[in-house]
Amino acid sequence: MTMESCPECASPVASQDRFCEACGRNLRVQRTPVGGPGAQWPPMCACGGEEFDADGFCEQCGRARPSARDRVEFVLPGVAGVSDRGRRRQRNEDSMAFGRVRGRGVAAVVCDGVASSERAEQASQQAVDTAADVLLTGLQSGMDAEALTTDAVVAANEAVGRLARPEAAEVAPSCTFVSAVVTDGSATVGWVGDSRAYLVAEAGAARLTTDDTWAAQLVAEGVLTEEEALTDRRAHVLSRWLGADSGVDAPQTVTFKVETPGLLVLCSDGLWNYVPEPEDLLEVLPRGVPPVEVARELVDVALKAGGHDNITVVVVQLRGGHGA
Amino acid sequence: MALDVAVEVFQNEYLPEGAADVDAIVTVTTTGTAAEAVGAGAAEVVIVDTSGSMRYPPTKLAAARTATAAAVDALRDGVSFAVVAGTDTARVVYPRTRGLVVADARTRAEAKRAVGVLQADGGTAMGRWLTLADELFAGFGDGPRHAILLTDGVNQHESPRRLTEVLERVAGRFTCDCRGVGTDWQVAELRRIAEALLGTVDIVADPDGLVEDFRSMAAAAMGKAVADVSLRLWTPQGAQVRFVKQVSPGLRDLTGRRVESGPRTGDYPTGAWGGGESRDYHVGVRVRPAAVGDRMLASRVSLVGPSGEVLGQGRVLAEWTDDSALSTRISTEVAHYTGQAELAEAIQEGLEARKAGDVGRATAKLGRAVRLAHESGNTDTAKLLARVVDVEDAGTGTVRLRARVADADEMTLDTRSTVTKRVGKG
Repeated sequence: MTMESCPECASPVASQDRFCEACGRNLRVQRTPVGGPGAQWPPMCACGGEEFDADGFCEQCGRARPSARDRVEFVLPGVAGVSDRGRRRQRNEDSMAFGRVRGRGVAAVVCDGVASSERAEQASQQAVDTAADVLLTGLQSGMDAEALTTDAVVAANEAVGRLARPEAAEVAPSCTFVSAVVTDGSATVGWVGDSRAYLVAEAGAARLTTDDTWAAQLVAEGVLTEEEALTDRRAHVLSRWLGADSGVDAPQTVTFKVETPGLLVLCSDGLWNYVPEPEDLLEVLPRGVPPVEVARELVDVALKAGGHDNITVVVVQLRGGHGA
Repeated sequence: MALDVAVEVFQNEYLPEGAADVDAIVTVTTTGTAAEAVGAGAAEVVIVDTSGSMRYPPTKLAAARTATAAAVDALRDGVSFAVVAGTDTARVVYPRTRGLVVADARTRAEAKRAVGVLQADGGTAMGRWLTLADELFAGFGDGPRHAILLTDGVNQHESPRRLTEVLERVAGRFTCDCRGVGTDWQVAELRRIAEALLGTVDIVADPDGLVEDFRSMAAAAMGKAVADVSLRLWTPQGAQVRFVKQVSPGLRDLTGRRVESGPRTGDYPTGAWGGGESRDYHVGVRVRPAAVGDRMLASRVSLVGPSGEVLGQGRVLAEWTDDSALSTRISTEVAHYTGQAELAEAIQEGLEARKAGDVGRATAKLGRAVRLAHESGNTDTAKLLARVVDVEDAGTGTVRLRARVADADEMTLDTRSTVTKRVGKG
């Protein structure tokens, strides 16, 4: 019998316990906190100052107090994520949520708030939390992963839609969506928008998603070549998104068998802008390190390349037939 | 008595990457009527030049007497006052007792009688006049202390250095509005006194204009509720205050007047405030540039009372962006007052060049002034300029120097060069 401790109250629990004897917490599910990294402000400014005025400006260097969202890291066994404001944006409007159901699998979601919509960070946070709830609940009851992913997208779309103000429909809070449900031996990826999923294994790397952008659509229809699309000003204009005005009722999905060990990488365009092709990603990906190190390194690559957008990377370890 | 103070900041807070200079116009507005604002008393000293030159023409001394009487009449009951006659020395004309006297019907009448028999004789030593005013104010409590200084001549009977010493000593103890009558006084000299003592300077070319001017100065002084008010600037570590200027009403550079008042904090004197006033300040700060996407408090600007109490506060912000549509936006307010400061400089430099006989430089500077006045809609200054130069095209600033210019016109232009037109707030 392996002794662990309850993540809620730190009481000793056995590895096969379903609930903590002390506090009653569900021990089968571990996940990122709802609402994001919480309201714990970083105690210090980048300059080392610890005092802030009522408006949150550092009494020493005057800079605005860093938001708890500026840099978020979260680690669970077999899955980890890093989200970073980047070097150019004022806020981090990306969000991530993921969790693990013992004996069942892992679910992860990344959403990228659409910068031209209002309260984009709220939209992405609402979307990842809602979707993660649906996915983790479904995982516990053993639902079909593709149906589950569609349910998650529908629920997230509704949740984000409820944030809209009727008088400001044209800037209704919106975000992209990419999710992964990884169970014993198979994985399902679903997406809406231009956040991506990549599969990296010993043999090579592959992109699992196709962007829901006008440019990608025109390429698919043969109107533009891949190269023309990259330089087209519509390259990043989304054709599908989540939000009040989205009209989305299902994601695109792909399901595949996991036969060899590898990594599933979910990311926002803040990363893939710098490493668009699977080979590019493979080149910068560190080997033989835990998922959190992989996520940190990839975020670092994007930051060093300029960090023009928010960067979020969630990395899921694939064991290849040995269970997640 | 507390004043209600509102502090508003007008700026473009967006900076391009690497930029360090932050500019903002800070508008301070007070509310509350003068009548309810004045609780504590105020103190007023009227200083009249009675040097020998005041006799010619005789209307000058007569007008000074009448104007001083008008100022005395404008003093409300309860205000402490005195009248000083200035020559190469200084003496108290009224009251006969030591120190200030409290205004009432009797003291006002006595003061006017004393002023009515003033004679002119002797020299001019303004430092002594101001020293005596300072001694008179010394016995007075916390309320606003204001002096009016009237002269018709040059500070001949003491060295400029002596005057500087006096100004340094008495600055901050009272405010002083200066008036030059006739055309034999020096604009630069009176401007120096007015700037040091946070007052105004103006020319009264025609002695008949004195009465109304004195009455309104005394009335304005009566309207002050709180003395010794400062503009307090907090700036972040490593930042520099490039300048702090009052830009309306009138230009006044306060940069050199900073008094440290705490870590990264300095106070700039603004004198006394009444209810219903509004003044604009141009604040320039140089900060350490932060990264694109970062937001910074470049300055916290507060209006603080005599015991350091914060009456109102505003924030000057900086936010770095790579969106040039944001960073190239022009703040109307900052641009307007930058233009008004340039206008004042162009006039002063142009008049200096004209005196020195440098026609080319004078024409260029005054032409530029005409264009700036025209563009900013400063019609008062444009009119004054038109008496010194012939304007061919105001839009391009094409002018010719006039061959003959009345001394009074030239001095009026010089004196009022620092009067700004208020920005139209959109």
